[in-house]
Formats: sequence, C-alpha cells, structure tokens
Amino acid sequence: MSAHEVPAEGATQPGDGSGPSGNGTEPILRVEGISKRFGAVVALRGVDLQLNAGEVLGLVGDNGAGKSTLVKIICGFHQPDSGRIFLEGRQVHFRSVEDARHHGIDTVYQDLALVPQLPIYYNLFLGRELTFGGPLRLLSQHRMRRLSERYLDDIQVSIPDINAEVETLSGGQRQAVAVARATRSQVKVLLLDEPLAAMGAKESSLIIDLIKGLAARGQAMIVIDHNYTHMFELCDRLNIIEQGVVSLDTKVADTSIEELTSYMVSQYRKQVTTGREELSEAGR
Amino acid sequence: MAEPATLVTGGPPAGPEPVPPPAGRAPRRLPIRRIVERREAAIFVVAVGLFLYFALSTTAFVGYNNFVTLTQFLAPIAVIGAGEAVLLTAGEVDLSAGTAFIFFPFVFYYLTTNEGLPVAAAIIIALVTAALFGMLNGMLTTLLELPSFVTTLGSLFALDGIMEITSNGTQFNLVIPGAGGSILGLYSWSEVLWALGLVVVVYLILHRSRFGIHVVASGGNLVGAAEAGVKTTRVKIWAFVLCSTISALIGIVDASRLSLLDPGNDGTTEMFYAIAAAVIGGTALTGGRGTIVGAAIGSVVLGILYDGMYIKGVNAYWFQFILGAAILAAMVLNVQLRRAAVRHWRSLRR
Repeated sequence: MSAHEVPAEGATQPGDGSGPSGNGTEPILRVEGISKRFGAVVALRGVDLQLNAGEVLGLVGDNGAGKSTLVKIICGFHQPDSGRIFLEGRQVHFRSVEDARHHGIDTVYQDLALVPQLPIYYNLFLGRELTFGGPLRLLSQHRMRRLSERYLDDIQVSIPDINAEVETLSGGQRQAVAVARATRSQVKVLLLDEPLAAMGAKESSLIIDLIKGLAARGQAMIVIDHNYTHMFELCDRLNIIEQGVVSLDTKVADTSIEELTSYMVSQYRKQVTTGREELSEAGR
Repeated sequence: MAEPATLVTGGPPAGPEPVPPPAGRAPRRLPIRRIVERREAAIFVVAVGLFLYFALSTTAFVGYNNFVTLTQFLAPIAVIGAGEAVLLTAGEVDLSAGTAFIFFPFVFYYLTTNEGLPVAAAIIIALVTAALFGMLNGMLTTLLELPSFVTTLGSLFALDGIMEITSNGTQFNLVIPGAGGSILGLYSWSEVLWALGLVVVVYLILHRSRFGIHVVASGGNLVGAAEAGVKTTRVKIWAFVLCSTISALIGIVDASRLSLLDPGNDGTTEMFYAIAAAVIGGTALTGGRGTIVGAAIGSVVLGILYDGMYIKGVNAYWFQFILGAAILAAMVLNVQLRRAAVRHWRSLRR
C-alpha cells in the first residue's frame, strides 16, 4: 500500500515538508491537534489535517466519526476544546460563522440553509444584504440582482430567472445556488458537507461538474461524502476519519477504491475484535 | 425536480476559461403577466367585484358620506392587519394586537387628562409603552420558546384586565382641542390618511428593507436563516414590537375620532378582522409568505362587505352569518384563482 498510514496519535507533521504536498510550501489551511467533546461524547481527539492551495480534500468515514464536527469547527460554528487552526500560515480563532467568513472560509451546509420562499438573488445575499442609507436600511435590489447573475456566471451555472423563488428550483439547482452563495466572495477555503446527499444520479453529475469546475480554477475545498466513486472522481487527496482522528492520509492517485474499501473493512474488523476482547475482559 | 436540464454547468471541467454567459438570460416579463402572478391579484379581483355589486345594487353605497364611513371602518383593520401580516410572515401571530388598539388610548388619556402632559409627549410615552408590551410578547415567545398563540392570548387577557382595573370599567370622553385633534382624528379623512401612511411604512419595512427579508427568512426556514447569519430571535422580537406599536398608534387615532374610550370592548373583533384581512390577502399562516398590499386589499374587502350589507339593510341576525360565509368564499376564491394562474403560467413556460 503506497498510501502512508498515520498512527492514531497523529504523528504527521503538517507543513514540515514530509506531508503529502511534499515541497515545503505552506498549506492554505492547517489544523493541529483539534479536540472536541460534547458532554461525555468525545467527537474529535487531536485531529491533524492540512489543505494545500488548489487542492480538493475528501473526508470519509462512518457516521459519527467526527467529519461534520471537524467541518463545523473549521467554519466557526463550533469552537474546539483544544488545538490550533492556521490559515495561510497564520493562527486564527473563529468566534462565529461570520468571523470565519471574514477570513475567507465559507460552507455549503448539508441542509443548504436556503429560504424556499425567497427569490434566488435574495438567497445569495442572505445575512449579507446590500442596503443603502436611512434607518430602514432599504435593499439595493438592482445591485443584488446584477451581482447575483455574475456570481452564478462565475461558477458557470445558468439558471433561467434570477427572480425565481428557490421553492421552484430542482434539488441540483438549489445546491448550485448554495454553492454560489458560498463562493461569491472569493473564498480561500470552501467546505462542502455532503453536497451530493439526497440527489438523483442526473443531478449528482451536474453538481460533480460544478465542483470540478471550481477545482479547475484552483479553489481549495474540503468535501464530505460517503460515496467512494464520487470521492475518487472529485478529490486530489483523501483523509479517513475514524473515532475522532485522521487514521489515513492518501493521495487519490496512490490508491484505489478496492484498496480503500478493504482498508476500511479491516479497520472495522479490528474494532469489532477489540470490542469483543474488551467485552470478554470485562466479563472475566 | 421540475426542470433539471435548465441547470447547465459550463464546458469541460478541465477548461480553465469560463464559458461566456448566455445573452439575455433573464427575459423581461410582460407587465400583464407580472400583475397576474402577484399574490394580491385574486383578492384585488374580489374587491373590485364586491365594489361593483354594491355600487350597482344600492344607491347609497357610492358617495362622499359613505366613503368616509367605509374608510373609517377599514383603517384600523388595514393597520393592525399589516402588523399581523409581518408577524405571520415571521411564523408568529399576535392575538393581543386588537387589545393594544383599545388599551393604549387609555394610557394616552391618563397621561393627557390626569397627568396634564402635552398631546405629543403623551403619544410618545403611550407608544413606547406599547413597544415594550410588544417586546414582552416577543421575548416570552422567543426566549422561553412558547408558541406566540399562547403568549399573546395570555397578554390579551392581562392587558384587558389592566384596562378594566385602571378605568374601573367606566367610559371616558377623549377631547383633544385645536389642531392636534384634527390631525389625530377629528378631520373626516385623517384616520384613513394615518392608516395609509402606516401601511406604506410597513410595506417598505417588509418588502424593501433588510429587516423584512430577515422576517421572511425567519418564518420560511428558521434554522437555515440562522446558519446564513440572520439573527432570528432579534428579528422576531422586533416584529412583535412593530405590531403592538402601530396597533396602539391607530388606536389613539381611532379613539380621538370617536372621542370615546370604551373598556367594554376588548378588541378581539378588530384582531380577528385584521388576521382575516391578512390571510385573505395572501399571507400564509405557516410563515415565510406575506404581503402588505394583500392585507390592505383584504381590509378593503371586509370593509366593503360590512358597509355594503349595512346599506342593503341585511337583517342583523343574518349579517354575521353572511359576513363569515363571504370571508370563507373570498379565501377559497383567492386560493383557487392563484392556483389556476400559477398552473397557467407554468404551462406557458414549458
């Protein structure tokens, strides 16, 4: 197996030159020893991860492995108990989603966070509407419409009518609107939490094209998905998250779906065996 | 999944050059189509129909005196209805708005007559009190996570109680001398002018301001709005404040016109008319959709019905029944016309 295996303690030294990027350039995003617990549940136990400029990093792992928690820490939704986040080499602390946005990190949430009753252009500016003076803070509708068309063009998406309510859009179109909102302000890092979930084959392929288009333009992204076929198609590198740590860091080119699947199965067997041993020990 | 093919991602993914945007992508919609597609279109047709019916079937309906009566009747409904439209859009409701409409004129009366404050100062203090009352409704609802149906039902009874206690159940004559009285309500058209002004302001707030978009977002997708950075709790509290304050203001205007304060009225009739006006105008009870223009036309429909049946001399027992049936009919017609219009335009799009 050519992929290099990472011990559970997280012994990779991101940014020291031995990482997958290899050539000593500072990654755009580096996460060191991130831990997070919710009450008695330990979600993350010292995660190390790095995202290089122009790279698409895929996070795979079982439900409850900690993928979403990690993404929600990077985007400022949760605050980590310990660990550090570096953006372009500088350490950052995000107090809120807005804070992370200011630093150039934006997220496409799994639920998309769109308002179905509002037109597309309002959704693209939700929470960051353009207004002009006065106590009422009236909306600059014209500017928002014009810019919305440009944002959709920027990610090469064509939607017939910018005034259409999101309710009237298909699942794929909604996803595209959510992506356009996240990418509209020149983000440094884009986080996509299950962008292909609950989507038909035809729509999935449209979103895959969209993500590939962004990647071709050098957008650094972290993608969560369960489908290995999609992940191998989209990503440059994969990190497997297991029980709150990154257990495997591999370039997609260095592995295969079969290899990864058998790795996952062996890891799962190991867990089951350990669990049995613990049980039998407890029984003694 | 209506038209997945309309989402077109450009070119081969490897190509770094963006595909030029297709020219003229958002075609200008025909003006007639834009009018028919509006949610208010159906209720507008109903209003015109009712107007023509009463204008042609009676002699007294069209005329200066009756129009004064008609507008004075519908003015409070239009204003409270606009406030309810905002709250319904935010996914909430204010059952106490009608009681605020009745009670805050008492506060105004106590301040001017008992305390001797100037009219302007008394209005400001009464309105600030009303705003605090709305804030209490909003905070109970959002911070304690109670349904607004319950919080405002409670505050309705409490406010009514305060009115009975402080007035000892007696009526008062409200006399505002001079220009202040004319501006407030004694001039025939002053109440409807106040109402028009307030409805325009609420229209700008809901449909043209940042706050209005946040109201729609909070009512349409509460979690998603919060994820996108909308401060949903604050938005809802301010919506309650808006509803109570404008209800109190039009209440003071209405009481000035009547020159009478009557604690025997608890304001629930006005509240129900206002909610009916908002809903028949096209505002959804489920949140996320509301129209101030619709609520205003809804109040006109209720006004025409009420006034028209009075002029026709409909038997008092039948009056209430016909009014109820007419509200139901207007609502059904509204929904059906809207549906037919949407179906029609969708078929054209294909």
